[in-house]
Amino acid sequence: MSEQQTRLNVFKTYKLYVGGKFPRSESGRVYEVSDSKGKWLANAPLSSRKDARDAVVAARKAFGGWAGATAYNRGQILYRVAEMLEGRRDQFVREVADAEGLSKSKAAVVVDAAIDRWVWYAGWTDKIAQVVGGANPVAGPYFNLSSPEPTGVVTVVAPQDSSFLGLVSVIAPVIATGNTAVVIASEKSPLPALSLGEVLATSDLPGGVVNILSGKAAEMGPHLAAHQDVNAIDLTGATEGDLARELEIAAADNLKRVLRPRSEDFNESPGTDRMTAFLETKTVWHPTGSLGASGSSY
Amino acid sequence: MPTTASAASAFADVTASDGALRRFLHGLPGVDAVGLEARAASLGTRSIKTTAKAYAIDLAISMIDLTTLEGADTPGKVRALAAKAVNPDPTDRTTPTTAAVCVYPDMVATAKAAVAGSGVKVASVATAFPAGRAALPVKLADTADAIAAGADEIDMVIDRGAFLAGHYLKVYEQIAAIKAECGDRARLKVIFETGELSTYDNIRRASWLGMMAGADFIKTSTGKVAVNATPANTLLMLEAVRDFRAQTGVQIGVKPAGGIRNTKEAIKFLVLVNETVGEDWLDNHWFRFGASSLLNDLLMQRQKLATGRYSGPDYVTVD
Repeated sequence: MSEQQTRLNVFKTYKLYVGGKFPRSESGRVYEVSDSKGKWLANAPLSSRKDARDAVVAARKAFGGWAGATAYNRGQILYRVAEMLEGRRDQFVREVADAEGLSKSKAAVVVDAAIDRWVWYAGWTDKIAQVVGGANPVAGPYFNLSSPEPTGVVTVVAPQDSSFLGLVSVIAPVIATGNTAVVIASEKSPLPALSLGEVLATSDLPGGVVNILSGKAAEMGPHLAAHQDVNAIDLTGATEGDLARELEIAAADNLKRVLRPRSEDFNESPGTDRMTAFLETKTVWHPTGSLGASGSSY
Repeated sequence: MPTTASAASAFADVTASDGALRRFLHGLPGVDAVGLEARAASLGTRSIKTTAKAYAIDLAISMIDLTTLEGADTPGKVRALAAKAVNPDPTDRTTPTTAAVCVYPDMVATAKAAVAGSGVKVASVATAFPAGRAALPVKLADTADAIAAGADEIDMVIDRGAFLAGHYLKVYEQIAAIKAECGDRARLKVIFETGELSTYDNIRRASWLGMMAGADFIKTSTGKVAVNATPANTLLMLEAVRDFRAQTGVQIGVKPAGGIRNTKEAIKFLVLVNETVGEDWLDNHWFRFGASSLLNDLLMQRQKLATGRYSGPDYVTVD
């Protein structure tokens, strides 16, 4: 055998990330993903409504454990995701460069920004409660405490153009506060999202907390928006035609929280809007105990 | 249709002695395990959609023995279960009732009162369920107690120890004695606990033994061991009741129990029934599911078909 024999390429099979596993689409369908110049990159699964349904089941199953984890623990896990991303930086630089037609150096800037964003949100997990919750003054011998609680299962239609930084910027705030997510990746460039699934699987993140589907938002969106077991929907990537409006109408049926699409520059500092969009405020009254003669029980 | 008594007399020579019974049971054809599992798996690939699915879901709901068999059962829990059996989906009154509720003997009176007037039956496990390790007089008393409290159906367990030791006549006589106790007052379901019988051959033998002894229903499992109803062991039992009817003219019911948790699996079982024994058994008089969480999944699928929207566990009861 000749020493110069050229090595055959080992192509990667991109798969979905659902419930901590990597299934193909239930439908068996795939579609071709090409780079910004139209060159074929890979086949990605074309998810069906049944994949979306399975993802919701997985997300619901994971919700109790994830919402119940301490904020500190969630922060550690999100930081771990950033660590894992750092280790696969080169792969993401390549994928982002292909997907968005950027030079290697510009793609590296985007990937670094995305990793930093994970770290930023990891820091917020145990601080958001102080910002949007607190003790309320009341006229009576009670503590009155408001605390932010996760909404539940959130469907995220990821941005169509910013295939990685945008993706991270919509997933991280959803899960940082204890929600679980069903993500419809960018239809045109889903590969960074599907690779992100591989990172999440190795980051101590419990299976089902993030579920990533590739395919058409217009196909899966209506089913997820009408799904009675989805509690909120982020329409950031529903930019196609009248889709966002249709999804919002479908979502009204069980009073889902809806985050409407808006023009957004993912390079800017994100603020806490995306986290508070999927939080609900729980307020509890608690007696301070009987008051002593001095008017205080302490 | 001939009565069960005549079926028993048809096998009088077989059941005359332990030796004769053993010769008969061991003379039954051996089970082709690979073929059985392949057949069950291939029938599980049928695609049941739209109107057929709606029909299958309603049929499956009407076949459920809604079961609670826990040490922690309280009268309140049994009443809640009975209310669900009578009216599975309060948001949709077209939902059929389940066939029965299945409880421990001491809960029969509570359950009976709770389902009164609805047509839902009360099944009671008996005979030292789930192990079946008690003397015959105790088992008879257990059964009599349940019937006296108003049970319409008795789910008895066989003595697996005696069966596995080869004391077939002992098992036969126990089933016959319980059947005599039930008389016309209650239908008798005989649980083999297939997960403890080790081989398919044993399941076939147990099926024939139960049917000859007068069972009205043969049932796979208690739901208390690792392996419960599977498509393969249910298919095997369906073949046994088919052959038994061909030979004696007596129709026997089948009840897979335990481990059937979602609509897809339940529909696979209905396909098995239809393809193996035919439409005569597609009725809750002849086929039942022993289940509890299955009902919720069936209701969620039913809501999906009715509204076009996926439903969720928030819209069914927690139990």
